[in-house]
Amino acid sequence: MAETHTSSATPESFEVRILRQDGPGQASYWERHRVQYEPQMNVISVLQKIAAQATTADGRSVSPVVWDCNCLEEICGACTMVINGRVRQACSALVDNLLRYENPTEIRLEPMSKFPVIRDLMVDRSRLFRALEKVRAWVPVDGYYDLGPGPRISPKVQEQAYPLSKCMSCGCCLEACPQYTKVELTQEPGESDEAFEARKKAAYDQAFIGAHAISQAMLFNMHPTGKHEAAERLDQLTAPGGIQICGNAQNCVAVCPKEIPLTTSIGRAGRAATLHVLRKWFDG
Amino acid sequence: MAKKPRVMIVGGGLAGLAAAMKLAELEVDVDLMSLTPVKRSHSVCAQGGINSVNDQTRQLGDDEWKHFDDTVYGGDFLQHQPPVKEMAYWAPTIIDLMDRLGVTFNRTPEGFLDRRRFGGTLYKRTAFAGATTGQQLLYALDEQVRRWEVAGRIRKFEFWDFLAPILDETGRCRGCVAQDLVSMEIRAFPADFLVLATGGCGLIFGRSTMSMVCTGSAVSRCFQAGAKYGNGEFIQVHPTAIPGADKLRLMSESARGEGGRVWVPRKPHDPRDPRQIPEEERYYFLEERYPEYGNLVPRDIATREIFNVCVNEGLSVDPDRQAVYLDLTHIPRSELDRKLGGILEIYEKFQGVDPREVPMKIFPAVHYSMGGLWVDYERSADGGLVPAHPKNQATNIPGMYAIGECDYQYHGANRLGANSLLSCIFSGLFVAPGLKEQLEHLDSLASEAPATLFESAQRQQQHRHDKLLSQEGGGENPYLLHQQLGDIMTRTATVVRHNDQLREAIDRVLELRDRADRCSLSDTGHWTNQNVVFTKALQDMFPVALTILRGALLRDECRGAHYKPEFELPGLTSDDPAERRRQAEQWVDAFIEKNQKWLKSTIARWDPQQRDVEISYEPVDTSLIPPRPRLYGLVGAETIEEVWRERQQRASEPAGAGAAGRS
Repeated sequence: MAETHTSSATPESFEVRILRQDGPGQASYWERHRVQYEPQMNVISVLQKIAAQATTADGRSVSPVVWDCNCLEEICGACTMVINGRVRQACSALVDNLLRYENPTEIRLEPMSKFPVIRDLMVDRSRLFRALEKVRAWVPVDGYYDLGPGPRISPKVQEQAYPLSKCMSCGCCLEACPQYTKVELTQEPGESDEAFEARKKAAYDQAFIGAHAISQAMLFNMHPTGKHEAAERLDQLTAPGGIQICGNAQNCVAVCPKEIPLTTSIGRAGRAATLHVLRKWFDG
Repeated sequence: MAKKPRVMIVGGGLAGLAAAMKLAELEVDVDLMSLTPVKRSHSVCAQGGINSVNDQTRQLGDDEWKHFDDTVYGGDFLQHQPPVKEMAYWAPTIIDLMDRLGVTFNRTPEGFLDRRRFGGTLYKRTAFAGATTGQQLLYALDEQVRRWEVAGRIRKFEFWDFLAPILDETGRCRGCVAQDLVSMEIRAFPADFLVLATGGCGLIFGRSTMSMVCTGSAVSRCFQAGAKYGNGEFIQVHPTAIPGADKLRLMSESARGEGGRVWVPRKPHDPRDPRQIPEEERYYFLEERYPEYGNLVPRDIATREIFNVCVNEGLSVDPDRQAVYLDLTHIPRSELDRKLGGILEIYEKFQGVDPREVPMKIFPAVHYSMGGLWVDYERSADGGLVPAHPKNQATNIPGMYAIGECDYQYHGANRLGANSLLSCIFSGLFVAPGLKEQLEHLDSLASEAPATLFESAQRQQQHRHDKLLSQEGGGENPYLLHQQLGDIMTRTATVVRHNDQLREAIDRVLELRDRADRCSLSDTGHWTNQNVVFTKALQDMFPVALTILRGALLRDECRGAHYKPEFELPGLTSDDPAERRRQAEQWVDAFIEKNQKWLKSTIARWDPQQRDVEISYEPVDTSLIPPRPRLYGLVGAETIEEVWRERQQRASEPAGAGAAGRS
């Protein structure tokens, strides 16, 4: 029975509506669950309860909802999903806040829409990691023998780099980006895993690389050793799927849970890319 | 085409990634398997930092030997000393390497690495990157591994669950069986060496500071296949965690390292706003009891003191739950943001209170497994390790290695803060040359072993899986059984341990073990079935839970994190100098006797018939630094120390130059 609550009262229970999908390419459907309220719940503990009860609001036995999570401290990036229409981590989405500020009776959970659904709230974010390969997001050191300390770095530079290096590859910036559209391929009959993997990578590389990877490229171009490969990174940022696709909607920076200055990175990348292209013209 | 040898690494946290990239550099082909994308491994949760001697501490009298000494003293001498010595001497070069890899360590105004002080030492040894050092170190290694992946040297298998090692008829490990968590395919992976790097087992305690993948299941599966498990009963309970419904979130020791003060109101459950309680009505119990170390006593001691002040002295700040204040409000906001931003955000985010304005409420939580798979080492003439030796990090199963938190090697009875990131990276880097060396002299490749070996191993796991999906009528719910297991373990095997409670816990855990055989699954599907994966992990928690409980029950002493009040050596009670001296002599006698009896590694082996563990003991190599009493805060410590020193002197005189170490 539907109850109405004032914003200050805590309900005895609340409803959770989940957009489920049994597997890739299958139709999605909404399912309603009722969860007993307890103080200090987050969306993870809600999903844990739903897994343990495995029964919908109307009493049907169902399989537990599938979702991805690990650290529960909002530092691993795994449990990203769309909660009440906004992309964020399930672990730091506190039930008290959701009921108080967003909707007093119901919490709505959906998988991210920009990545292929594996099952329920779990999506395949391999494209996001592929982008890190593409922009060579690493410091090209000679090797791992003892070669003494690294370059000296001023606190100012460190304070600029540190926020960028907190990117946990969660995908919020991509979910919010109008230019980042879903790429979903299916394995052909007889296609080997390796061939399918290669085909996926090729498709990912044609599509928009995303704010997170642009920001990582800037992080490594800032590093005294990392900048040795700055030109290669800028080549990638100006290739198909590169920075030119960014429409400057600035949604990325608004949804980033780590408050990474993504639009600053994009701005810097844009200027560096322009110079890079000009330099290539003049140098032939 | 000639086949090439391969190494399979299971686990992509700091240890696994360090091993993978070092092997890749040595031109070894590597498969890297993980339950999660490796960038999401539990190492990201480490907050505070990583220890090494550095130019500044050196000039204040510090050196590698002292780092080594602090580590074994902090660990109550339960570690074999050569590996710890080797690690301490490597530490500065590891931090140099991490620095070169681009880790965004905090900097001094001149551009050097900034350092902070951590528990159990008097030196500022700890390099840090804000309050997310583990995340930053992991990312640096993740980036290097990605680089090798692009170069074709490393293949990743992410979202795969390790199910079992594959042993041939001679008992040598030839690879592993694993399951794709998406498609549920079960596949055998031939490997010439198998390296376990799967971290801790906090989920056995239900809620802990560990991540959801830290079930200990991979280690348990190796243990059940015959690997020895060392020092299982030594579980670190971190003094400062934020209580939560789904997880106990860590509040890093760096909060105290940067000046955080622990206190409770002297008046029980004082209802006033903590900021309104005047200084003289606050009980800074760590500072009062441990004037030298203050809030930075080693973790086991801080944990017990916080537990004690709440449970025994009734001074918890809340009447209905246990907590003390961890107070940073005297430190300027800008400094807090710069040095501790990350962890303060966590508190604010999950508690909805700003810790820069209001003292945090914290309580101890299970945090780290000092115990783990038994591993070997080869001692060098100078008391360190022989590099590139096949025995380093080798388990007792030929061909199987263990590194990082899942080995038992480096932390003894208690781990010092900011030493875990070090031991993970060290053991990962250090294992690689020994494997490389052997790969060049292999008699045969695992990939050329008879197919039947792999097929039968695969079939066995497929059978276990299918049986779980199809069994009906058991009615047990794996999630509820897990809660019960966690409750028992947390109640009986954490901060304070009593034999009667441990005995009862073993009975109840055996009962739960049998009930877990009868789990009925709410998901019987064949696609991304997390229900069956969790149920298998739950079933495999019991061998490790029993290892912890049986080891704890048998060990009738106090050592590091293992605390049994019944067997505590009490402080001195007399004020009369002669009597006090006599008590100190007695104390030292008792201490020597205790070490003769208990300074030994607990070794557990799995008995598949009984489905229970067997415990035996092995001697500890303490040849470099003779064990001495750990006297932090004990009443009469000075007198005991005096007696102890005189005895040491007497003991060394007739023997002449006996000490293996330097002073």
